Amino acid sequence: MQISLSVNGTSHELTLDPRTTLLDALRQHLGLTGTKKGCDHGQCGACTVLLDGRRVSACLTLACMVQDQPVTTIEGLGTPEALSPLQQQFLDHDGFQCGYCTPGQICSATAMLKEIAAGWPSHASADLTGPIALTHAEIAERMSGNLCRCAAYANIVDAIRQAAGAQGDAA
Amino acid sequence: MTRHLKVDAPIPDSPLDHMAQGVLGKPVSRLEGPLKVTGRATYAAEARPEGLLYGVLVQAAIPAGKVLSIGDAPGAMVVIHDPRLIRYAAQGMATEGPTAGPDEVEYMGQAIAVVVAEALEAAQAAAQALQVTYEAKDVPVDPEAVEPERPEDKQSATGDLDRAMQDASHTLDQIWHTPSHTAAAMEPHAATAEWSGDTLTVRAGYQMLATSREQLADAVGIKPDQVRLLAPYVGGGFGSKLGINADSVAAAIAAQQLGRPVQVVMTRQQVFDLAHRRSETRQRIRLACDTQGKLTGIGHEALVSNLPGVSFSEPVTQATPFTYQAAHRQIVHAIARVHRSCAGSVRAPGEAVGATVFECAMDELAETAGIDPVELRLRNIPDTEPCTGRPFSSHKLAEALREGAARFNWSDRRPTGQRREGDWYIGMGVASAVRVNSLIESRARVTLQADGRAIVETDMTDIGTGSYTILGQIAAETLGLAVDRVEVRLGDSDFPPASGSGGSFGAASSGTSVYLACAEIRSQIAALIGCDEADLTLQNGQVRTGNVSRPLDALLTGELTGDGHLEPGKTEDTVRQATWGSHWAEIAVNRWTGEVRVRRMLGVFACGRVLNEKTARSQCLGGMTFGLGMALTEAMAHDPRDGHIVTRDLAEYHIPCHADVPPLEVHFLTESDTYVGPLHAKGLGELGICGAGAAILNAIHNACGVRVRELPATPDKIIAGLQS
Repeated sequence: MQISLSVNGTSHELTLDPRTTLLDALRQHLGLTGTKKGCDHGQCGACTVLLDGRRVSACLTLACMVQDQPVTTIEGLGTPEALSPLQQQFLDHDGFQCGYCTPGQICSATAMLKEIAAGWPSHASADLTGPIALTHAEIAERMSGNLCRCAAYANIVDAIRQAAGAQGDAA
Repeated sequence: MTRHLKVDAPIPDSPLDHMAQGVLGKPVSRLEGPLKVTGRATYAAEARPEGLLYGVLVQAAIPAGKVLSIGDAPGAMVVIHDPRLIRYAAQGMATEGPTAGPDEVEYMGQAIAVVVAEALEAAQAAAQALQVTYEAKDVPVDPEAVEPERPEDKQSATGDLDRAMQDASHTLDQIWHTPSHTAAAMEPHAATAEWSGDTLTVRAGYQMLATSREQLADAVGIKPDQVRLLAPYVGGGFGSKLGINADSVAAAIAAQQLGRPVQVVMTRQQVFDLAHRRSETRQRIRLACDTQGKLTGIGHEALVSNLPGVSFSEPVTQATPFTYQAAHRQIVHAIARVHRSCAGSVRAPGEAVGATVFECAMDELAETAGIDPVELRLRNIPDTEPCTGRPFSSHKLAEALREGAARFNWSDRRPTGQRREGDWYIGMGVASAVRVNSLIESRARVTLQADGRAIVETDMTDIGTGSYTILGQIAAETLGLAVDRVEVRLGDSDFPPASGSGGSFGAASSGTSVYLACAEIRSQIAALIGCDEADLTLQNGQVRTGNVSRPLDALLTGELTGDGHLEPGKTEDTVRQATWGSHWAEIAVNRWTGEVRVRRMLGVFACGRVLNEKTARSQCLGGMTFGLGMALTEAMAHDPRDGHIVTRDLAEYHIPCHADVPPLEVHFLTESDTYVGPLHAKGLGELGICGAGAAILNAIHNACGVRVRELPATPDKIIAGLQS
């Protein structure tokens, strides 16, 4: 079927099998392999992209479902020469090792910080309606959909807190 | 010219200590990092050659027997069940392909065919709909229900352990079970194969290219020099990518048959079935000590499993003979031949489960004997390797325990069950960390270009370990260049063969070969300026000797090339080489739900020279977190009827996630091991997991008095313990 996708500000017209996921459309048809396939079942978070600014698992999203929504992938957040603030902090804090879950972590963190800014509480939030402190527990809770087997978790949380300008210790 | 070194003797004075650049050991950010954080690093399934076809593996639905027929695959181009398809992955460092012949099924989930189509979706659908008929046979799948093999060379005994147990003041005799584990690297196994004439190029996620190339050539039926393997980026390995797997063989055969490039990517479920699992273990430990806690007897009996005919068996007791002193000792190693998926190396084969269980046993003995667990360990550290009398190359266990106790405020630990905060019991636990150390033959080539930039080439891989960065730092340090003046090229089997990544030997082995190549170039520079290499100082692109100082690029008239070749030598045998450390955990157990929350962990490690503070720390964080998973959540469940893996995805097999992992602290002890080559560096990719889980399990007991000897310590087991 004919599908039009808007990815990182560019429109694409594609002829795709209707079963094609957003993930496979990005990786196999648009050559945007920065978005990773770790499980294809929404269990690992490696395929996290931003759909109209909100994080989704691209493996659980059919390409044909998102024709009218802008998609942002890791390639749209920064380049090796011009890293986004989160990308820079992941690099500085060694928030990755093998790098395979990393694009998903960074996309997820990008949207997650906006969720906090918008006042959405989490299981770890002390108060459902008050301001949300960027504690280790708060960020770890919100990032738990993104698995990292190298287990750079401690560094990822530090990187996110630094990028978000969090103050104080890591409690 | 090649500079060759066989490590036959200690090298007391490391030449790296006399270099001037000052970059080695520093927390340099990963050289390839900008590519990884922007999604530009390309992994095995991310090559897109013209005309690419997609292959999907088909798996056996019986535990053992024969494939009688395979139906058609509408919508696909072809179904291939070539006799060259392998039944299970190659073990690390094997030089031949593993057993082939997919029509004979040895375990449920074995790859039996590959379906190829123009589109991935079509291949997936056709593979799913494929009709296969079998002749199944009954086979054992329960390791504890068969009479195991007991290979003579894997048993050992000194003295009379039974007598020591009878005569001891305090004893322990308990049985532990650990379940099968999986590496679960985030990148699923994948291969993209393309033929050019009779030459095969495969882009795959493998840890050790030189031997994987030999395995693949053997499996496909060509010569190794007809195979080129490319693995510039590997999305984690942890042992699961040491040898070739069904993906590369199937892709190579399909590409050969169809005359077009073929990509085969395993599904996550297939990775669970087809990557080697760490064998489940049954471990009986017997300990005997006198009134002062001096061990008189140590017994460690392990039962592991594997498929019939597979040589690997989880070396559970590997560190037991040399970790603690005792006059009476017994090691038993039994292997059950069952038809579960193939077992092989998963991060720290042996010590990951062996040292973890042994350290739980030490905690139990400490309690029985009424001695602090740190003190009990300190009282039993041998001066030389027990049984052989060999010296240790370096031994830092005592220092790691003392340093860790101080840093973790161990003195705050209360007697069992006496610290509570609301609904939570709080406890602290300790364990020793130990892992064998080795070097593997390794080669590298370094080219110093006329413009003063260096290029490092070796088929070494970076599976997240930091190889790109540390090899760049070693070259920069030795040649006196800023790190950004060094380009490191890895993961191409056309480059000189390195150790590959595995067994914690990669950094020291490949690092030494890079050092040697650079040392060769140093001697060429010395000749150019007319001095001895020893009188040469290289720093920031300047060449100095005596009062002479010249820019490197002005001195060079063309490029200089050096080859480095490291071989392990006599120090493998003359000394016991190991890395040491200590693990510390503070945890909370919920009194109602049995949930365990890890509140903080500390790892203190000694691994010789730290080549990069930042990446080394990350390796340890990763290992400690693996240990956390082993202690609390990770278990492959095998169906008791047919042995198949029930928990075969990331929703069922629980690796730690962000919320499971508290802030972790890593501390490195200063250590210089002279027996491991000129770098004085040892491995650390696995030390972090060896014993980490025991610190948590011991902390659980300290918190609430429950001993969990059937890992992992899930809430059901804690609640059962609390109720009794």
